[in-house]
Amino acid sequence: MNYEAVIGLEVHAQLQTNTKIFCSCETAFGEEANTRTCPVCIGMPGVLPVLNRKAVEYIIKTGLATDCTINRSSRFARKNYFYPDLPKGYQISQYELPVCEHGKVEIVVDGQVRTIGITRIHLEEDAGKNLHQSGGNSSLVDLNRAGTPLMEIVSEPDLRTPEEATEYLKKLRSILRYIEVSDADMEKGNFRCDINISLRPAGSTTFGTRAEVKNVNSFKFVQKALEYEIKRQAQILDEGGKVVQETRLFDSSKNVTFSMRSKEEAHDYRYFPEPDLVPIVTSQETIDGIKATIPELPDAKRSRFVRTYGLPEYDAYMLTQTKALAAYYEEAAGLSGQPKVVSNWMMGELMRLMNAENREIEESPIRPDKLAGMIKMIGEGTISTKIAKTVFEEMYKSGKDAATIVKEQGLTQVSDTGAIEKIIAEVIAANPAQHADYKAGKEKLFGFFVGQVMKASKGKANPDLVNDLLKKKLNE
Amino acid sequence: MELYSLTIHELQEMLKKGETTSRAISDSVQARIKAVDGKVKAYITVTEAAAASQADAADKQRSSGSASPVLGIPVAIKDNMCTEGTLTTCASKILGNFVPPYDATVVAKLKGAGFVMPGKVNMDEFAMGSSTENSGFFITRNPWDLERIPGGSSGGSAAAVAAGECIAALGSDTGGSIRQPAACCGVVGLKPTYGRVSRYGLVAFASSLDQIGPITKDVTDAAILMNLIAGHDRRDSTSVDLPVPDYTASLARDVKGMKIGIPKEYFIDGMDPAVEKAVRDAVKTLESLGASVVDVSLPHTAYAVATYYILATSEASSNLARYDGVKYGVRASGAKDLLDLYLQSRSQGFGPEVKRRIMLGTYALSAGYYDAFYKKGQQVRTLIKRDFDEAFKKVDVIATPTAPTAAFKIGEKSADPLQMYLSDIFTISVNLAGIPGISIPCGFTQNNLPIGLQILGRHFDEESVFRASFAYEQATDWHKRRAKL
Repeated sequence: MNYEAVIGLEVHAQLQTNTKIFCSCETAFGEEANTRTCPVCIGMPGVLPVLNRKAVEYIIKTGLATDCTINRSSRFARKNYFYPDLPKGYQISQYELPVCEHGKVEIVVDGQVRTIGITRIHLEEDAGKNLHQSGGNSSLVDLNRAGTPLMEIVSEPDLRTPEEATEYLKKLRSILRYIEVSDADMEKGNFRCDINISLRPAGSTTFGTRAEVKNVNSFKFVQKALEYEIKRQAQILDEGGKVVQETRLFDSSKNVTFSMRSKEEAHDYRYFPEPDLVPIVTSQETIDGIKATIPELPDAKRSRFVRTYGLPEYDAYMLTQTKALAAYYEEAAGLSGQPKVVSNWMMGELMRLMNAENREIEESPIRPDKLAGMIKMIGEGTISTKIAKTVFEEMYKSGKDAATIVKEQGLTQVSDTGAIEKIIAEVIAANPAQHADYKAGKEKLFGFFVGQVMKASKGKANPDLVNDLLKKKLNE
Repeated sequence: MELYSLTIHELQEMLKKGETTSRAISDSVQARIKAVDGKVKAYITVTEAAAASQADAADKQRSSGSASPVLGIPVAIKDNMCTEGTLTTCASKILGNFVPPYDATVVAKLKGAGFVMPGKVNMDEFAMGSSTENSGFFITRNPWDLERIPGGSSGGSAAAVAAGECIAALGSDTGGSIRQPAACCGVVGLKPTYGRVSRYGLVAFASSLDQIGPITKDVTDAAILMNLIAGHDRRDSTSVDLPVPDYTASLARDVKGMKIGIPKEYFIDGMDPAVEKAVRDAVKTLESLGASVVDVSLPHTAYAVATYYILATSEASSNLARYDGVKYGVRASGAKDLLDLYLQSRSQGFGPEVKRRIMLGTYALSAGYYDAFYKKGQQVRTLIKRDFDEAFKKVDVIATPTAPTAAFKIGEKSADPLQMYLSDIFTISVNLAGIPGISIPCGFTQNNLPIGLQILGRHFDEESVFRASFAYEQATDWHKRRAKL
């Protein structure tokens, strides 16, 4: 049968506050175990949580950037379960009244714009980390991460394909980075994803039974896990079976999902309002103040790039992936006055070199003013586009500007008619047979002569001039 | 009179005049502990050496001109308040070896004022109980009759004050745990408004109900301690940022024009007639001092105990989840896996009453029962609070008995938890409503057991409570009687 997948995602994003959500310990990655802890985040008897104001500002900012309603009164709840990495025996999270609700983001897949609903965004604290010694009969607990502020972003079941799911995640990551609330770095575990997926016959409007795949930690794995689940569930349904509602894990070495032991998921979290914290009450002034700090977001920037710079949709989409890339582009486009040429160079040569070394745009040795300078030299005819490629690579290697490289290596384009005519005369004289054939009507040989002239000029001859003059001389 | 039997303000007078020293007071208290604690058993930990050096430091500080009202005064601390470097057990085996790395805010404040800590005093395990029989270590006895309970859960604090084993003490009150033992031991105990005193460093039993307060020999001392411990604390989000008045200033006033409410629901069948008579006589005394008496009704009182045992146990089941044998306290040896470690550590570490309440609370919060229990409990709590709001539109304070009977015999109610829970029938509503309440001595039974008068006030109006209590105290001499040991 033909099935439609119904996919919803829960994303845990770490907020980039300096300190933890309920105490003043530093949030740090990779420090020595249990050195970023205090009585509060290790859950000593008698301690009380005090809410980090910045964390609240960040989640409100996220809510505003994703079109959410910001609840004017929101409260924390305790999620109770036992685990050694959870020092209090409960996680302070939110249940009934999250900070943000009813939002949306837009994604583009195969040229189609789709709106994906966001059910809610809530604040919670992260747990610590259990370290299991191989071969040993004990485990250790590192609580550095305990109390790190997280927001959980829950989507509506609006996604239909693995591609849409990864596009949605990329879009979320892009927004979080634009508004600078999270580095959303999946490798560091700062952006983690739980997947909910069910199938239903194409055209149906009811939901099938879903499976949850927990803690998938890369875009590629999300794609693979979904592809596998769609195949798995379709097979079960085709055989007349029933999908079991359960929690599964993804095995990235085999690209399969497998069932977690049912014992571990039989949780009754016994949520109840956290009595140690008062409700978060947010005034309109506070919301307005935070709104004012939100920069132009990727969608708005993309439309503006199309409008202002006359870029194709695809170029605009690519160049607005990160705020830094867009800023780079705008600076270079402005300085050179040739926005489309800048886009070509960035999406071509620059991306190629950067991707090869896995570098971010901020680390580019060619700064926007230098790229603009080089493009100007092409426009002014100082160098040809062909030479420019050599110059560009040299700029990337040395960090020098184009003018210096051109001067040092004598790469200035030769546009002196006399000089070019002299070379042409020499080339024709050296190839009498070809000249005769050309004159006899073998016009394809024109390219041969262009090549010889360019070679003789070490590539510096102005190609347009070479064309004009050569045509004249060959026909004389 | 021995130094240990005096009050904070009496000792301060003597210290000011140079008639004694902090060291002499501390030594007197320590000698008293040695003499009588074998019988009373109020202390879990006695910090004699530290107390001596704190007293010496206080004497030095006094000679350099500084003098806070508790400088050099021995104040015992209930063993559920964290004291840096000193064992803090909550009278539970599961915290039997727990030495906190930090001070509770109230302890830090007292330290800042130069107090002397004679030691940490006994309680019902995790403050769950009304008799101190639930201590995981030993039972504390009532100094007025060693065969009887001192009340609870702050039984160690109240007994220590009544026995002269400290000058004053701090207790905590979740459903009556300051006021009921104060009544049982013939001393003064104040539960402040919820949010008045920081809970930071108080090992939580039921977070939305717990409050720290003073247990003292008279009302003046209670006001003195409140001046020091009250106030907003940025470490406790539920502490309220309101200015703290000088509570000793409310002691000078009289009760002329004050309206005192008498709730009919607090004079019930089955209460000890001696208690009822003492309380009604106390009200007459207040009337004779110029107050007017008004009948009020608190119609939802009958639901208070049930509501309390849903909400308090729900919170407790979560608050006590951290005692899992992983980080501190008892860890069962020989556990075969993680679940077994949890089960064994908690089975061995907690006493029966604590287990009973964890189970009750876990049940009340469980999926499918939450609405019928926890949520309903919160709704009834709101009704109980409204009862008080209505009553306080008509009156300034409300007077009731603190407990239906005087101290009962050890073992008398321990077999029947429900009977035990009813000991708090007059104090529990006050925690649910969050209002302040005091218990002061108002007489004795035929068996020479103290009786407590409870006076309640509006939210953050401890001043009216102090004013009425002080006026009554000045007109009587119950507070001057001391237990003979």
